[in-house]
Amino acid sequence: MSEGWTLSVNGEERTFVGDGMTRLLDVLRESLGLVGTKEGCGEGECGSCSVLLDGDVVCSCLVPVFQVEGRDVRTIEDATAVPGLAALQDTMVTEGGVQCGACTPGIVLTAAVLLERSERPDRAAIREALAGNLCRCTGYERIFRAVEKLVDQRPRGAL
Amino acid sequence: MRGNQGTLRRHETMAHIDHGRMVGTSPARTDGAQKVRGLCRYVDDLEFDGLWHGATVRSPHACARIVAIDAAAALADPDVVVLTARDLPGPNVLRLIADDWPVLADGRVNHFAEPVALVAAPTRERARAAVGRVEVRYEVERGIHDLDQALASPRILASCRIERGDLEAGFAAATHVVEGVYDTAHQEHVYIEPQGMVARPTAQGELEVIGSLQCPYYVQKALALLFDEPVRVRQAPTGGGFGGKEEFPDAIAAHAALLARRVGRPVKIVYDRHEDMQATPKRHPSRVRHRTGVDAAGKLCAMEIEVILDGGAYTTLSGVVLSRAVLHAGGAYACPNVRIEGRALATNTVPSGAFRGFGAPQTQFAVERQMDRIARLIGTDPLTLRERNAYRLGDVTPTGQVLEESVSALECLAAAQARTDFKRRWHEIEDARASGEGHALHGIGLALSWHGAGFTGEGEQRMRSPVRLALVAPDCVEVRVAACDFGQGTTIVLSQIVADALGLPTEMVRVVDPDTSKVPDSGPTVASRTVMVVGGILERAGRRLVRELGQGGAPPASPAEFVELARAYLTQHGELEVEERFEPAPGQTFDETTYTGTAYSAYGWGVHVAEVRVDADTLATRVERATLVFDVGKAIHPVLCAGQVEGGSLQAFGFGHLEDLRLSEGRPLQDSLSTYVIPTAVDAPDFDTILIENPTRSGPQGAKGVGELPMDGGGPALVAAIENATGIVATRAPATPEVLLEDLLAGRTLGPEAVAGALQAGEPLEGLR
Amino acid sequence: MGAPDAVAVAGCTDLMVVDTATGRRHGAVVDLQRLPELAGVRDDGGWIDIGAAVSFSQLRREALVAEHAPILVQAAATIGGWQIQNRATIGGNIANASPVGDSLPVLLALGAELVLASSSGERRVSYADFHRGYRETVLEPGGLIVRVRVPHALPDQFQGFKKVGTREAQAISKVVVALSARRVEVGGQEHLADVRLGAGAVAAMPIRLRRTEALLEGAPVGADTATRAAREARAEVNPIDDARSTARYRAHVLGRVVRRLVGDISA
Repeated sequence: MSEGWTLSVNGEERTFVGDGMTRLLDVLRESLGLVGTKEGCGEGECGSCSVLLDGDVVCSCLVPVFQVEGRDVRTIEDATAVPGLAALQDTMVTEGGVQCGACTPGIVLTAAVLLERSERPDRAAIREALAGNLCRCTGYERIFRAVEKLVDQRPRGAL
Repeated sequence: MRGNQGTLRRHETMAHIDHGRMVGTSPARTDGAQKVRGLCRYVDDLEFDGLWHGATVRSPHACARIVAIDAAAALADPDVVVLTARDLPGPNVLRLIADDWPVLADGRVNHFAEPVALVAAPTRERARAAVGRVEVRYEVERGIHDLDQALASPRILASCRIERGDLEAGFAAATHVVEGVYDTAHQEHVYIEPQGMVARPTAQGELEVIGSLQCPYYVQKALALLFDEPVRVRQAPTGGGFGGKEEFPDAIAAHAALLARRVGRPVKIVYDRHEDMQATPKRHPSRVRHRTGVDAAGKLCAMEIEVILDGGAYTTLSGVVLSRAVLHAGGAYACPNVRIEGRALATNTVPSGAFRGFGAPQTQFAVERQMDRIARLIGTDPLTLRERNAYRLGDVTPTGQVLEESVSALECLAAAQARTDFKRRWHEIEDARASGEGHALHGIGLALSWHGAGFTGEGEQRMRSPVRLALVAPDCVEVRVAACDFGQGTTIVLSQIVADALGLPTEMVRVVDPDTSKVPDSGPTVASRTVMVVGGILERAGRRLVRELGQGGAPPASPAEFVELARAYLTQHGELEVEERFEPAPGQTFDETTYTGTAYSAYGWGVHVAEVRVDADTLATRVERATLVFDVGKAIHPVLCAGQVEGGSLQAFGFGHLEDLRLSEGRPLQDSLSTYVIPTAVDAPDFDTILIENPTRSGPQGAKGVGELPMDGGGPALVAAIENATGIVATRAPATPEVLLEDLLAGRTLGPEAVAGALQAGEPLEGLR
Repeated sequence: MGAPDAVAVAGCTDLMVVDTATGRRHGAVVDLQRLPELAGVRDDGGWIDIGAAVSFSQLRREALVAEHAPILVQAAATIGGWQIQNRATIGGNIANASPVGDSLPVLLALGAELVLASSSGERRVSYADFHRGYRETVLEPGGLIVRVRVPHALPDQFQGFKKVGTREAQAISKVVVALSARRVEVGGQEHLADVRLGAGAVAAMPIRLRRTEALLEGAPVGADTATRAAREARAEVNPIDDARSTARYRAHVLGRVVRRLVGDISA
């Protein structure tokens, strides 16, 4: 299956030549130098390698590159990957949602998608959204508070 | 004060301590902006010209003689290099305490996944393929795979003993004597970034290693012995450690360096998760026996405690882990007559090593469960029993140390009671439990813990750690220490301490990346010592730098004056560097042969209150809410401090009910993140964190170490809450649903009448007994 | 699909784990996610017809599925986190044929049928006849699961689902149970009919608990029936010890969960 695969990465068309079963994670990190995406387990358990595939969060360690042909991939390096990403990134730092940082890119992308798709997620919804992103440092509390702070800052719509 | 960091309570007792402007605030961590944008470069993210990849041939057996190693098939790939123990340039030992931990197995293997040979190749794939082609023939021998087997034929790696008072007299005076045996299992660190290291020969021909680590000078010493040459060690940004990157990086650095020297180019070894979980150290499994004498009111008269740790195949750090385990084994309780004996035994398992808490979580699990048992015996609630026995100012510990300052056990208990109404709720659940129906059983439990900050005994005095501060520009002071930030926030916290000592904002203080060619050996980043010990020396260094800048005149009174004086100084003399070393407080001595004296210069105190819901059908426990009351002396950075407390507590809850690592013939059954489960966002409770500030003279602005304390009480608090909810008396951590079921079947309960009704409904146990 | 080592893939959430761990390579790979025949959810006269390449995220959003197979939506929500649900497909879950696949007991309970395709054409099989043993199915080499069909829910139909995982989320099952039964009134008392009880992680493959179903068929709704069903369920399985749980725990919990689900019918 060694041939060229063309995909859009952070808005730019990129071609990878190689085995189509190569993990998207390896294409991003090794061929494209996008090392912000981390490998924590290599089997879809920890979520550190989360990226957006056509807007949905996926584990890039479980995606063979041939399936991404012609599709849109966004990584943590793309400041515009999700609307509101920058505000979430800043709030994660000030609220203490960041410690060692290895899970952080995945957490940030997943939480940003939640904030984009859900107007007022409560804590249960935040927990569920982040269930696929393991963090071993924070106990999650400060991550939840960062997301909640952004929710609280949203104007309350008329009922 | 109620803020996002939770609640802070301040003591007014140390008004003489300077309270600066940076300490006590929560500025953004310096690496935060990069981390959230994916721009932080960890070791696996770094690029090197001509980089090769290393991989490790590991033993599939826990105990075997190596008959032959045949690398011919691997060497069929002409680029591949294979190294075995015969190729080492120096002694085959990774030096820690006892010199028994080999760089590579030689002649025999003593644990599963032990490194037998190393491989390097131009790509990771070729290196891994070559690993599969190195043929090793073994003659398998009978091993010792757990503590039961080890106790039957013990090989002692370390032992120690504490004795105080007259134990027999204490028991003679007791109204009740209570016995208990408590077990804890292996626990895996699961830092999200696996172990990784790059080694390379520099242009000058020196050897340099860069990696994910906590202790650059440990690595340097290990490599110096192996290569008989100075080696430069640099810490890359490190994705979590928790003790797991204390001693093990010595091994992976040695492996990478051996390969780099052989191939003459950079070599990287990064483990995948399976290899990391199979081959790297875990928390020591433990068995602790208690025999306790109490009077009618539950006051402790005598404590006899035996601590057994499973040290694994090599000594590594077992001696010091055992020491801390034993020193904390009596819990945060005053007792006049105490004997504590500890042994670490060898087994054919991966060496047990440093893990947040360092033996204290194991022994405090035991003592906290024992205190709960005593409370029931004398008919009081767990909090009241602890109030009666908790250390007060002036009390004496088992080593004879008089607690002269910063003792907050009672205050933590009082705050926990005020916040949770623990006593009333505990009693209400006890009364309601037997008649309980429905699927969810609620329970509340608590633990009191203490944790000594800094090295045990005279460890700090022996090290006399140096730190350096350097004025490198009029508006920049460099902090030169070996302390590593692997998530805790050391960098910003140390800069806050130094900033206040200098009277500057943190922006004018820069903590340099740990690099043995640039920073002195201020000691390893372990033992809850960085803020209190390293921070304390830095505070003194800061004051000295200001004095020297004043050149006999008045020290600068504002940042502007500082810059002015600094500019003048730099023009006149060039860079100003000051060095300070650890100085013990007068009268603090510790005798390691008799285990008497000042074990730690300061103790942190904490209470965990866990509120759980146990599913009556599945026996699965969900921690819904956790109230954490911790005396940290001074919260230098309240947000990060609360983060330490909460993150450590969630690890402790995982230890308490989820994280089970069992071995079969020395091989871990759980060696992936799908079988070894750590808490997810859904498993984590809501945290209510209360930081108490009862300062110590031993730390900067009164701060005490906080890294490990949160690990101590979470497990027992959770298991106590399960007991309150169900009536099952669990004596093992983790209290998984499977363990609880076996406890229920075996009748390890508060009694047939006291077990929650919902567990008995529908004759659930029929056919299983 | 030609070469003997050709493989058809969908979400790859199982396949890639094995590939990475073993270094396994494939000759040809076919992406089922691009085949329109395997896409979408539609109403088909008394059945909902689900494309095999429909992801669990899609299932969670489908109103038709929520209406007729609420326990399938519940199961979909317990399969991994968002990252997995966005990729993993119902057909993949079936084809992977793991004894712990979370949607599989649900499909057994719902009386699903599969549309299978192979070089000899298309055929329909009852899902209850699909699994033959540990990771063994009736799918011939090169065959494909095209559609998964679930009958419309009946007004008197009860559906219940319970997953017992290793933790609260992102967990692999220790035991998973799904129940479907109709409530039929006979002589002023509700009785159970058309009972289907699926269970996972208690045998080498997902199974129907036939003896328990027989006990429940025609039995009155109530706590006594629930207790008897619990005992029968426990007696008819022979689970194993493994890295995730113990045989005793699995047997115990199976009984408790069956009791709870049957008890929930009267609630």
